[in-house]
Amino acid sequence: MATKDTPVNDPMLDPITGEFAVIAPGHTFKSVTEEISNIVLTPRTPLGWFFGFAIAGGVVLMLLVALTWLFLRGVGIWAVTIPVAWGFAIINFVWWIGIGHAGTLISAILLLFKQGWRNSINRFAEAMTIFAVVCAGLFPLIHTGRPWLAYWLFPYPNTMNVWPQFRSPLLWDVFAVSTYATISVVFWYIGMIPDLGTLRDRAKSRFGQFFYGMLAVGWRGSVRHWVRYEMSSLLLAGLATPLVLSVHSVISFDFAVALLPGWHTTIFPPYFVAGAIYSGFAMVITLAIPIREFYHLEDLITLRHVDNMCKVMLATGLIVAYGYSTEVFMSYCYSASKWEYFMMWNRMFGPIGWAYWVLITCNIALPQLLWSRKLRRNVPFVFLMSLIVNTGMWFERFVIIVISLSRDYLPSSWGTYRATKWDYMTLAGTFGLFTFLFFLFIRFLPMIPMSELRLMLPQAKIRAEAEPLPEAGD
Amino acid sequence: MPVREGTYGLLAEFDTPSQLVRAAKGAYSAGYRRMDCYTPYAVEEAAEAIGFHRNTVSLVTLIGGLLGLVTMFSLETWISVWAFPINVAGRPYYSWPAFVVPAYEWTILWAGLSAAFGMLALCGLPQLYHPLFNAPNFRNGATSDKFFLCLESTDPRFDMVETREFLDGFTPVSVVEVEY
Repeated sequence: MATKDTPVNDPMLDPITGEFAVIAPGHTFKSVTEEISNIVLTPRTPLGWFFGFAIAGGVVLMLLVALTWLFLRGVGIWAVTIPVAWGFAIINFVWWIGIGHAGTLISAILLLFKQGWRNSINRFAEAMTIFAVVCAGLFPLIHTGRPWLAYWLFPYPNTMNVWPQFRSPLLWDVFAVSTYATISVVFWYIGMIPDLGTLRDRAKSRFGQFFYGMLAVGWRGSVRHWVRYEMSSLLLAGLATPLVLSVHSVISFDFAVALLPGWHTTIFPPYFVAGAIYSGFAMVITLAIPIREFYHLEDLITLRHVDNMCKVMLATGLIVAYGYSTEVFMSYCYSASKWEYFMMWNRMFGPIGWAYWVLITCNIALPQLLWSRKLRRNVPFVFLMSLIVNTGMWFERFVIIVISLSRDYLPSSWGTYRATKWDYMTLAGTFGLFTFLFFLFIRFLPMIPMSELRLMLPQAKIRAEAEPLPEAGD
Repeated sequence: MPVREGTYGLLAEFDTPSQLVRAAKGAYSAGYRRMDCYTPYAVEEAAEAIGFHRNTVSLVTLIGGLLGLVTMFSLETWISVWAFPINVAGRPYYSWPAFVVPAYEWTILWAGLSAAFGMLALCGLPQLYHPLFNAPNFRNGATSDKFFLCLESTDPRFDMVETREFLDGFTPVSVVEVEY
């Protein structure tokens, strides 16, 4: 159904708005509950799941090998050295945390804007956030060189009588990212409690009842609880929104506060945030499309979702394009600084200039195809486009970090950068870790929020009936 | 807590949220106050019907957020000015603009934790045991597709026979007695 034209009397089309339906018609409270909870509660795990899980697990083992060697030998096994001291570790950190941002955007900002369509995808977008933050958080830790002393980053009373230095953006990062990780986990878990209650009540096995029972903390669906719960979700959404904007802004301060040409610019905070959301939506699409195919969830994750996510990608992609053009304008036309001028020339035509053109192609040129409604509803095409955007966004961070660091003010301190096999193994290993965690998630936790889908069904509307209320009991 | 015995209340099961809201409104206007509705998703109208209008989650969140703000800002100031004053590129010890960022993050952190755990605490959760789970039909529907109204025996108007007749008037699927 993906490639052919949508017929006019398609049941998936809303007759009034002409929009694609968010949920296919004909679903009831029961069918929604069964379709989603059976994925988790079935005693038969699909063979494909084991297959994917085993591959992801193998890649995680490779990550463990790379990390073990790193801990034995130190960061010298990577290509990082002076002047390019940040390399892959920080590129991957910024890239992964950016991916996480779309999850928060979907769960928080779209909730505040009452975008009902988000309900089918918000749970796994939030899970994606958490797993992406796990992968992201790994990099600064292992990049410290002595990760077993990473707790020194936090202010705590110690016998050395030393305290952290709060004027550094790198310390702000510690608080921004740790807060982001904590709030994401809490938001995700709180959002899952009613669904865990459903799983507890529907689980057949003793272990399932116990496991989901403990996690559901005794949720019984009292409307008094629901009112508080809804208020709490709204507040968490309202808090996560400024949080997500601040996290990538703080990360951009790591660069913008430094004096290096190519880093020292005021456009960075908004441009980093837009880029984060851009790559994050691309990752949501990369995950959603295989999941909806594999678990036959086309009724719940419909073409409307794919279409809307493409529109968000297009919009944030244009903001990113604006950021790129501002950088060019600032350095060539406005700065009157030969260092800035040289930085931009070197970025485009220097020894690693090809990376800049990869990013322009992947992030700006190709995504313009998404203006076509027909292509936005072509599922394989959208999947391919999401991979392209993710590649482009990785190259954006590569360009910012490596090209700027390798050519600073003084030609005698110029250098180059060529990633080693350990760099590539660690990057690839985090893909494995991300996928590994995701496989566990879709097998053991409800990946679509049942309670929110029920609310979206037409049956959920309260109808005033003409029939009078019966007399009071006495 | 002493072991309670006897009846917790009468539990009426409905198929649709509209029937539930009608029954809840009826019970409230008949003078019942100790009651609750149980639904598989948030039915705001049912909470209104049983007279539950206000909650303190937002107040708890506000207090948590302010505490986080004050805690972090004071910690930064104390560390940078008194505990470990070091000169970094000639910046003043009390560099308050730099302190804003972690203080901002901790405002959100504490507010978010208060919103989440404050909500659970106000709901009295975790509470793994509840008499309602003894009702045979409760676990089959309350978290998937059925709507319940429970009139509790502690209500002064509660009477086993009359209340059951009253509930039957709303044509529920069933009315069952819930034991402690």
